Amino acid sequence: MSLSTPQPAPHGPTDPSADGGRTVLDSEAISRALTRIAHEILERNRGGESLVLLGIPSRGVPLAERIAAKISEVERVHVPVGSLDVTMYRDDLRMRPARTLLPTQIPPGGIDDMTVVLVDDVLYSGRTIRAALDAMNDVGRPRSVQLAVLVDRGHRELPIRADFVGKNLPTSLAETVAVRLEEHDGEDGVSIL
Amino acid sequence: MKKHLLSAADLSRDDAELVLATAEEMRSLADRPIKKLPALRGRTIVNLFFEDSTRTRISFEAAAKRLSADVINFSAKGSSLSKGESLKDTALTLEAMGADAVVVRHWASGAPHLLAHAGWSKSSVVNAGDGTHEHPTQALLDAFTMWRHLAPSNGGSLDGRRVVIVGDVLHSRVARSNALLLQTLGAEVTLVAPPTLLPYGVDTWGVTTSYDLDAVLPKADVVMMLRVQRERMNAAFFPTVREYSRRYGMDGRRMATLQDHTIVMHPGPMIRGMEITADVADSERSVIVEQVTNGVAVRMAVLYLLLGGSEPAIGGDE
Repeated sequence: MSLSTPQPAPHGPTDPSADGGRTVLDSEAISRALTRIAHEILERNRGGESLVLLGIPSRGVPLAERIAAKISEVERVHVPVGSLDVTMYRDDLRMRPARTLLPTQIPPGGIDDMTVVLVDDVLYSGRTIRAALDAMNDVGRPRSVQLAVLVDRGHRELPIRADFVGKNLPTSLAETVAVRLEEHDGEDGVSIL
Repeated sequence: MKKHLLSAADLSRDDAELVLATAEEMRSLADRPIKKLPALRGRTIVNLFFEDSTRTRISFEAAAKRLSADVINFSAKGSSLSKGESLKDTALTLEAMGADAVVVRHWASGAPHLLAHAGWSKSSVVNAGDGTHEHPTQALLDAFTMWRHLAPSNGGSLDGRRVVIVGDVLHSRVARSNALLLQTLGAEVTLVAPPTLLPYGVDTWGVTTSYDLDAVLPKADVVMMLRVQRERMNAAFFPTVREYSRRYGMDGRRMATLQDHTIVMHPGPMIRGMEITADVADSERSVIVEQVTNGVAVRMAVLYLLLGGSEPAIGGDE
């Protein structure tokens, strides 16, 4: 989810300068954060064996792909990347109009007995991750599950924490964190609106 | 509020493409170990069937169950419906039971419309075939099947693709719904039938008609054969079965005149030897079995989009 507000706005390119947004991560900073996350994942898991990265659409997926590319640069192992749509598992499914489903693609090897690293752009209430854990339950049984996020903006509503964080970003509830990625929005950047 | 799917005409192009995209995700569920999603947990869907239809009913039942809805099957045979209960009283009964959606198949054209608009109940109504009028979910599954086969090589849409629908158009709700939906999606539809089996007013449908099957086949991207609905025929519409199948049946000779990528479809149940021969039905071009698989995915998509959120994402007004 790119716009983390209590009522997340639809995805789409946003122009922070137009809204007077404050840029907190630029393209290089995002790249460095992802490089560090890739190293931390390898360190924690003693190499890239039996790892699977699952991105949460839409912006978690390109982030997962970038982390996997960095892991293969460092360790010369190929880490399977997939996507996991959590729409149907959301606890607020009934509170809003039926939403478009996003792709779920589980890598051919599956996730049974693998170490799954969930990847998302912003960690906020934690409800998306809870939904992702439920969604994964219907796909297989991983050996363990870890969580990597580009930005942790706080304000958790559930007992969930990230294992790998690109940047801890203290925010107020009135603020919105906008993540833009080359693959979706034509440019990289994280800003607070 | 939009909450019913009564006619293929209820769907805008955006709606229809949303159903197709959602169905694509639903279809991938078939490859997973647990073929179930929690989206409609706690919702009740009633299959109300006034007319025999095994395949449509089990398709809707499978779709609803895979979305975790509770399913109640209510068929005319052996129920109060055969004792003379009116549609209104049936609707009031279902309302009292707390049905969130009613999937209705009726022999009378317009029955689902009445059920949706008479104010008897608050549930969503999905038309699963009414008389000789419409069968929108069949049209959606047909369009989904075409879209999977033809859209990737056509810029992701059915724009300009030529669909030939052959046979008993007069009695076919499938033909009418398909003609509406396929034109919404940008395809060109040609109906081929003997003059006696083309409905009055077909010139207002916006489709091309022809009596000559051989002339239209070489250009077709899709050939859809319709079943000859003899149970609805109360007059002689063609001289003999043999003459019908020689002029309007799909056989090996006609199949040889098709383009390489052309697919052959049939909504089922088919009568081998009448409108389609066994060698065509079992050929590589035939996607008839795939249509059944796609039917479950498309009905899941429709039920999810109508019932999954606080308000429906597709469908007709009121």
